Amino acid sequence: MSRISQVAKTIFLWEFVIAMKLTLKYFFKPKLTINYPYEKGPLSPRFRGELALRRYDNGEERCIACKLCEAICPAQAITIEAEEREDGSRRTTKYDIDMVKCIYCGFCQEACPVDAIVEGPNFEFATETREELYYDKAKLLANGDRWEQEIAANIVADAPYR
Amino acid sequence: MAEFIDIYLLPGLWILGKVLLIVVPLLLAVAYAIYFDRKIWAAIQLRRGPNVVGPWGLLQSFADGLKLLLKETIVPSGANKGVFIIAPVLMFVVAFVAWAVIPFDDGLVLSNLNVGVLYLFAISSLGVYGIIMSGWASNSRYAFLGAMRSAAQMVSYEVSIGFVIVTVLLCVGSLNLSDVVMAQEGLWFFIPLFPVFIIFFISALAETNRAPFDLPEAEAELVAGYQVEYSSLTFALFWLGEYTAVLLMCAMTTTLFFGGWLSPFDNFLFNWIPGMEAFNAFMPGLVWFLLKTFFFFFVFSWIKASVPRYRYDQLMRLGWKVFLPLSLVAVIVTAGVLVAFDMLPNAS
Repeated sequence: MSRISQVAKTIFLWEFVIAMKLTLKYFFKPKLTINYPYEKGPLSPRFRGELALRRYDNGEERCIACKLCEAICPAQAITIEAEEREDGSRRTTKYDIDMVKCIYCGFCQEACPVDAIVEGPNFEFATETREELYYDKAKLLANGDRWEQEIAANIVADAPYR
Repeated sequence: MAEFIDIYLLPGLWILGKVLLIVVPLLLAVAYAIYFDRKIWAAIQLRRGPNVVGPWGLLQSFADGLKLLLKETIVPSGANKGVFIIAPVLMFVVAFVAWAVIPFDDGLVLSNLNVGVLYLFAISSLGVYGIIMSGWASNSRYAFLGAMRSAAQMVSYEVSIGFVIVTVLLCVGSLNLSDVVMAQEGLWFFIPLFPVFIIFFISALAETNRAPFDLPEAEAELVAGYQVEYSSLTFALFWLGEYTAVLLMCAMTTTLFFGGWLSPFDNFLFNWIPGMEAFNAFMPGLVWFLLKTFFFFFVFSWIKASVPRYRYDQLMRLGWKVFLPLSLVAVIVTAGVLVAFDMLPNAS
């Protein structure tokens, strides 16, 4: 009996008909693709994107040149030089990150005692030349100013899990 | 001189105009066929398909065409240059000339040949030469493998297509495609000849190298088969020729089995509805023809998105051991039934 039904299925292209029915069902389903440049997927508050240096609310930069990030960086992408500033506080004179070397592990962010260096939610910073990816202090501070709102919100959102 | 103008020049120009009237819309149709093809696969795979160039991506085919036009035509150093260039041109031309006998509407046909079906059959078989030539001239083993597969495949399925067409002709009694359509008034042939229609449609898939019979191209194994060495305009010609052949097969299915330009509402199922008569008279047959052809194109894409590729021996088995005997039986049974019930069409 099963053999007869098997033959009948072969003759009437049964499996084929079922497959076509299935694909037709999918044809009318809503599309899964996100319309990327215009539409973006959700990001976790822990997302580790482009690096940024943050400031305090009064505009003072947070970094105190403790060089913990430089020490922990597994890719040795961070270079810091520090000097005493006129008011006697310890500040960086040079804070370079080679974004080509950076592996986005987030260790610098973990190591930082003052939440100065952070990885923001931005992942769209592709450049046409390699040189543009050698970030200096000014670029990092500018990133921090640009993404401060999102970075602050992410830190608050992630705080309960730390 | 005046005689020359009257007898040769003016009719020649008139024919040229009619040819352009078919070829230009056909090229446009092919461009949009490619676009719809991509959109349909995308929709079935839950993707969006081309949607960036122009509104809803409607200009995508033209962008691709322009890109191909502006690229350099690379002829491989080991290639036979002449044959290499002629092959895509042949494919393209052959796919287009077949449209000369397709009746778009009552009387709307470039050449109302009384052997239109034979002409179509002959032309659609010629496509294989373009493929063989390209595979041979490319001097590349992948191209050659693709061409060999394609040649064997097209030859195999041509046989069953031939018998299917004979079956249809038995019911018509004429080789003229307009007569084929007119013979279907009231009852389209796909109803009495349903199994034959299925054989024809599957063979048409094989004939145009579409999935699940796209072994000649077989992206995963042969890269792109016979097209692998082609670039720029020569590649575009292959692409256009291929899609024109697909559209031709859709048009042939429409003409042979689905009543060509005839309205689908002009039969006993719908004629009792008031106003249906006027509606049928109002709608131009061309619209029905195009709608039906587009429907079959949709089915082509739908199948392509649904089924995996056949293995080569399965393909050959299906062609020679299943379709050939089945279509032969169909010819005999149809002829027998027509004679036994005295339903032979009047040979005019």
